[in-house]
Amino acid sequence: MTAAEHAVGLSVQEIASLLQARFADAVLEVDADSKHPGIRVAPELWHDVALFLRDDPRLRMNLLRCISAVDLHPQPYIEVIYDLLSMRPPASSGGPSRDLWSCAGLIAVRVRLPRDRAHVRSVADVWPTANWHEREAFDLMGVTFDGHPDLRRILCPDDWVGHPLRKDYVFPTEYHGIPAAAGGVTDGAGASEDH
Amino acid sequence: MTDIDPQITGETMPAPGVAPGTLHTEDLLVNMGPQHPSTHGVLRLLLRTDGELVVEATPHIGYLHRCAEKIGENVTPVQFVPMTDRLDYLAAMNNNHGYSLAVEKLCGIEVPERARYIRVIMCELNRIASHLVSFGSYGLDMGAFTPFLYAFREREYIVDLFEATCGARLTYNYLTIGGAAADLPAGFLDRLAWFLDYFEPKIDEYNRLLSYNYIFVKRTAGVGVISAADAIAYGLTGPCLRGSGVRWDLRRCVPYEIYDRFEFDIPIGVPGGTDDIPPEVVVGDSWSRYYVRMLEMKQSVRILRQCLRQIPDGEYRAKVPRVLKLPAGEVYLEVEGARGQLGFLVVGDNGPIPRRVKVRGPSFCNLSIIPHVCRRVLLADVAAILGSIDVVMGEVDR
Amino acid sequence: MGWLRNRFEENFAITTIDWALNWARSNSVWPLTFGLACCAIEMMAAGASRFDLDRFGAGAFRATPRQADLMIVAGTVTFKMAARIRRLYEQMPEPKYVLAMGACTVGGGPYYKYGYHVVKGVDLIVPVDVYVPGCPPRPEALLEGLMRLQEKIRKETIAKKAEPA
Repeated sequence: MTAAEHAVGLSVQEIASLLQARFADAVLEVDADSKHPGIRVAPELWHDVALFLRDDPRLRMNLLRCISAVDLHPQPYIEVIYDLLSMRPPASSGGPSRDLWSCAGLIAVRVRLPRDRAHVRSVADVWPTANWHEREAFDLMGVTFDGHPDLRRILCPDDWVGHPLRKDYVFPTEYHGIPAAAGGVTDGAGASEDH
Repeated sequence: MTDIDPQITGETMPAPGVAPGTLHTEDLLVNMGPQHPSTHGVLRLLLRTDGELVVEATPHIGYLHRCAEKIGENVTPVQFVPMTDRLDYLAAMNNNHGYSLAVEKLCGIEVPERARYIRVIMCELNRIASHLVSFGSYGLDMGAFTPFLYAFREREYIVDLFEATCGARLTYNYLTIGGAAADLPAGFLDRLAWFLDYFEPKIDEYNRLLSYNYIFVKRTAGVGVISAADAIAYGLTGPCLRGSGVRWDLRRCVPYEIYDRFEFDIPIGVPGGTDDIPPEVVVGDSWSRYYVRMLEMKQSVRILRQCLRQIPDGEYRAKVPRVLKLPAGEVYLEVEGARGQLGFLVVGDNGPIPRRVKVRGPSFCNLSIIPHVCRRVLLADVAAILGSIDVVMGEVDR
Repeated sequence: MGWLRNRFEENFAITTIDWALNWARSNSVWPLTFGLACCAIEMMAAGASRFDLDRFGAGAFRATPRQADLMIVAGTVTFKMAARIRRLYEQMPEPKYVLAMGACTVGGGPYYKYGYHVVKGVDLIVPVDVYVPGCPPRPEALLEGLMRLQEKIRKETIAKKAEPA
C-alpha cells in the first residue's frame, strides 16, 4: 500500500491545480501517477510556491522531509527534489488527546537546474530544516542556494575540491599528504563491471 | 529551565570588592569533540560560552562521512544492503528494511507474508536494542554507570537472537531485496517468547533505576524544551518529535509493511504531575524524549507478541532475478527507524545499478535543532540535550 | 621508565625487573575512548558485562589521551578526522600502543573502492601495533587482539640494545 493511498488530504493533481490557479506559470509538469508523485516547478518561482505550500490553509505542507539532488548526466541538468508532507493535528485540541496526527498530503516538488549554473533560491526561511539539507546538496552536488544564511560545506572538509556526487567527479589521489587510494582505484566514478 | 536564574549569571550579583558594572568578561570558545565521551560518536560542537552559560552552539559534522550515496550509485541493490547496515548501526535491521522496501516498490516485487512478519519481528527487536543502548549511554552521560551494564546485558540476549538468525551481531545484511536472506532458525520463536516474558518487567525495573531518579530528573527535566511547532519546522521525527507532544508515527500515520495489522500505542511527552510523571517535567524537554523511548520499548514488546501469534508458514523471500533490473523511475520511501523517519530515494536507470540513492537520515535532521535549542543553557545541559536527541553519527554523516 | 632504559646490559636483575614491569604494564592497559563508528558499539559490548574488558585490567577507559596507554581506533577513519587522530596520538604519553579495530582501520574496509573520503587504513596516519579484522570484529576478537598486545608488551625490555654490527 502506498503512502499516497493513506493521505486524507488533497491529491497531487488537486495541489497542482491550486498552484496553477494561484501562480500562472509555476507548474511545468505534473506527474501524479508515478511511484513518486509530484510536480515540476519553475526555479524562479520556487520560493513563492514554497511559501504558498506551507501557508495556504488547504495545503499546510509543514514538514519538509528531504531535499535530494540528482545529477541527470548525460542530460545537462541537475534536479533538486523537495519531498513535502502535511501533518495535521487531531481535531480535538488542547491536552494530550488519544487521537493521532494525520497525514494530509504528500508531494514531491522538483526543480530542474542547468548543470553549469545550478542556482536556486533557498527555502531555509520557509522550512528551517532546509538549512542543513541545502548545505548538503551544495557540498555533494554543487547546487548553490541563493539567500542561504550560511552556505558552506557540511560533510566534506572545507578545503575539499569538487562535488563528489556529480557524475564527472574525479576521485582525489591524496589529501594533505595522506594517499587516497592505497594501491588502487582512482577512477571509481561510473559503474564498474566486475560484480 | 530555559530561563536561568539571574543570580547565577552574576549580572546582578557583583563580585566582592568590585563595583557593579566594572567586571569585564570574555566569551570563551570551547571545543567539544570530535573525540569526546558524551558526543555519541564523532560530532564536534563548538560552544561559545559566557562563563558556564552556552551562548551559541555550532555542530560540525562530516567526521564520519563514508560516501554511502556514492557507493549506492556504483553497486547493485543487493550489494548496497550491507552498506545500509552501517548508516544507523544501532538499528541496522530498520535500514535494511527501508532500502529493500524502496527497491521492491520500484521494481514491483511482492514480498511473501512470512517474510513480512520476519521483517517486523527483526525491526521491532532492533528498535528495543537501539533504545537500550540509548538508555544505557544516556545514563552514562549523566554520570550513572549502572544502567549501561544492565542495558547491554539485555541487548546481548537480543543480539544472540540475531546471531542465530543471520550470523552477525551488529551489521546484519539480513532483510534484503525480496524478503529475508534466510528463514528463522528452529526454536527462534520459542526463544523470542522467552525473551519477551523475561524483558517486559525489566522495563519497569529500569524506570525505577534511572527514570525517576532524583538526580537524573533534576538534570534532564525542563532542559532543552522544544515546542511542537519548532520540532516540525526543524524536521524532527521519531522520539524527539513525540517527546514534544506530537502523536505522529509513520507506522500508524502512513503505514507501510503490515503495521496496520497490529495494535499498539504511540507514547508522547505529557506534562509533569500527570500519572507518575515527575512534576518538574515539561512537554518537549529532555526527560520526555528519553521517557518516550522507554515507553516505546513496551509497545515494541506488544507488537512482537502479536507477531508471534500471527506469523504464518511460507516463503521467506520472493523470487528475485539474479541480476535485478531497476526500471527508469524514482521512489522515495520512509520507514520509522529507531531515531525517526528514515527515508530512501532510489532513482532507477533501466539497469542493474541505480542512478542515485539518497538517504534521509533522521539523526541528520534531529541534530539540526542543536543551535536553536542550546542557547543560554548551562554547559552541563548541552550533554543532557544531546543525549536526549540520541544521534548516531553514521546516519548523520552517511 | 625513561631514566632506567638503555643503561644496563642484559642481566638477571634486568630480566626480573623486565618481567615485573611488563607484567604490571600488560595487565593495566588503559584504552582511550575512541569509538568512531560501528566498531565502537562492539567495543562498548566488549567493555560491558558479558565480555568484560575489566578482567584484563583494560576496563578503565580514559576520555583524555594524556592518561591513556592504548588507542583502540574503532571505526572508519575519514580525511576530516585524520588530523585529529594524529593529534590525539601525539598527545598520548609513551609507552603508547595503537590497536586498529575493524576492517576499515585495517585497510579501508567496505569503503575501499568508492569511498572518496575514507582513509584506506589507519596505519597511513599512526603506527599500528595490532590489527583486528572483522566488520565489526566480535568482542572476542577484540579480546584476542588485546591479548596479542599483552604478549607484545611482555616481550619488551629496558636493557641496552646490542650495537648493530
